Amino acid sequence: MLDQVEAAERELRSAAERRLAGDDHLQGYFEAIIEADQKVEPRDWMPDDYRRSLVRQIAQHAHSEIIGMQPEGNWITRAPSLKRKAILLAKVQDEAGHGLYLYAAAETLGVSRDELVELLLSGRQKYSSIFNYPTLTWADVGAIGWLVDGAAIVNQVPLCRCSYGPYARAMIRICKEESFHQRQGFEILHTLAHGTPAQREMAQDAVNRWWYPSLAMFGPPDSDSTHSERSMAWKIKRFSNDELRQRFVDMCVQQASVLTLSLPDPDLRWNAEREHYDFTQPDFDELMQVVKGNGPCNRQRIEHRRRAHSEGAWVREAAAAYAAKRAVREPAGV
Amino acid sequence: MTDFEYVLGLGDDALVAAQRLAQWAARAPEMEEDIALANIALDQLGTARLLLTYAGELEGADRTEDDLAYLRDDRDFHNCLLVELPEQDFAVTMAKLLFLSAYQKPLYDRLADSGDERLSAIAAKARKESAYHLDHASLWTVRLGDGTDESHRRMQDAVDRLWPYTHELFEGEHADLRAQWLATVEAVLADATLTRPADGGWTPGGGRQGLHTEHLSYLLAEMQVVHRAHPGARW
Repeated sequence: MLDQVEAAERELRSAAERRLAGDDHLQGYFEAIIEADQKVEPRDWMPDDYRRSLVRQIAQHAHSEIIGMQPEGNWITRAPSLKRKAILLAKVQDEAGHGLYLYAAAETLGVSRDELVELLLSGRQKYSSIFNYPTLTWADVGAIGWLVDGAAIVNQVPLCRCSYGPYARAMIRICKEESFHQRQGFEILHTLAHGTPAQREMAQDAVNRWWYPSLAMFGPPDSDSTHSERSMAWKIKRFSNDELRQRFVDMCVQQASVLTLSLPDPDLRWNAEREHYDFTQPDFDELMQVVKGNGPCNRQRIEHRRRAHSEGAWVREAAAAYAAKRAVREPAGV
Repeated sequence: MTDFEYVLGLGDDALVAAQRLAQWAARAPEMEEDIALANIALDQLGTARLLLTYAGELEGADRTEDDLAYLRDDRDFHNCLLVELPEQDFAVTMAKLLFLSAYQKPLYDRLADSGDERLSAIAAKARKESAYHLDHASLWTVRLGDGTDESHRRMQDAVDRLWPYTHELFEGEHADLRAQWLATVEAVLADATLTRPADGGWTPGGGRQGLHTEHLSYLLAEMQVVHRAHPGARW
């Protein structure tokens, strides 16, 4: 996967070096950029729908990083070794950093981070459904790293080639760090699966609970996906939900055998004709319930975010008041 | 010969401080601060691991960093009381960090020049991190102290409440570090338009002897729960 990230990075550089013959017509110029696999940059003209679609997707992605700190953050104080505690703390810190890159990428499209945070807190913008599931044991930290970060990488590596330059660049940085996290999650599960019987049972239970929610991360089946077609035409998306889901399943089956853990799907089997694994689809009705706010932790996650935001208000106000006083006392340039 | 309990006490300070700071993960007042607090927690945890590993070697009983962190009860922890106090609010966190880092920085400076090679290598690494922690805590103390009326009140309150616990830092062989600590802290408080509390009166202590506040036992129960539930397991 990392070689694909690097290839995308090379393409991004070469696209910037090539110059496209000017087209006076804005729409025509935009379409030519997309056609030629060039990158759309913040000052370029773009269709309103393209802009709106990107704001929605990037903001949702940024919100997911921020909300995603909670399920794993839940285990930092209880991590069973100091080494694991340090790795987990660094991971949660990385997620905050990813949130910041992505909010910055969204801001290039003319929205402010404050507006987007407000949309998250008021429930008008979504975050990934996966973070509405609870982390019940230490093994869940491993399962999230392996399966959730694994699914995120499969989803995000193609976004390194996305037509919008700032998003593509953010994804390149993020994918590099995510692939470390995924490996660390795999390592946690590997240690547990090869540990005591109780540890092994804990690992298997976590994989059983996280498998279908991870498959659901790729979104509804292609037949029901509302934004897919246009996103693909604009080269924001490069592959369909179902294609990416299949790619993820194929990858996990092999890794599960190294872990010596099973995936909780009795109908999972190799299909020689398709050269892919056949598998049971996740419960998309459940996905829709979670997306609507009725998953196990939706309320808890958003309440936690609101509380952090409101309890921190006096601190942000203090920082603003102090900065204003300083600006008066020490005019710019002093 | 460096004393086992002395190194253990330094390691416990860093470990317990890290555990408290980590409680801020995903709940800081702004995203940048989430990153900064996690960063500082990671530094403290890194130093704790080096010190506990070294303490285990000094003791010579084959105890690892994890044995020392997860399998001791609160009566065997040697951290100062300051680091185990609950976070309560962001002003308390910053006051604790200011007092701790203004103490750790000159302490590590001194240990970096000590004759003990292991300890001096650990301290040489840790003092660079302490300089950053001190800088971060100082900036926030000033912002909060000289920010709004509310932030001023909260910051002064945090300083007043925590001040008595700082005397314990300078017990015994560290007594002479207090002058330098005071100079650093007083300058920050002055910048922050805060009043430096008077000395004397109540000066709680006992942490170095394993006599803690009621807070530590809960902190350890949470920290140790998974490790203790699986005796002998590898993670």
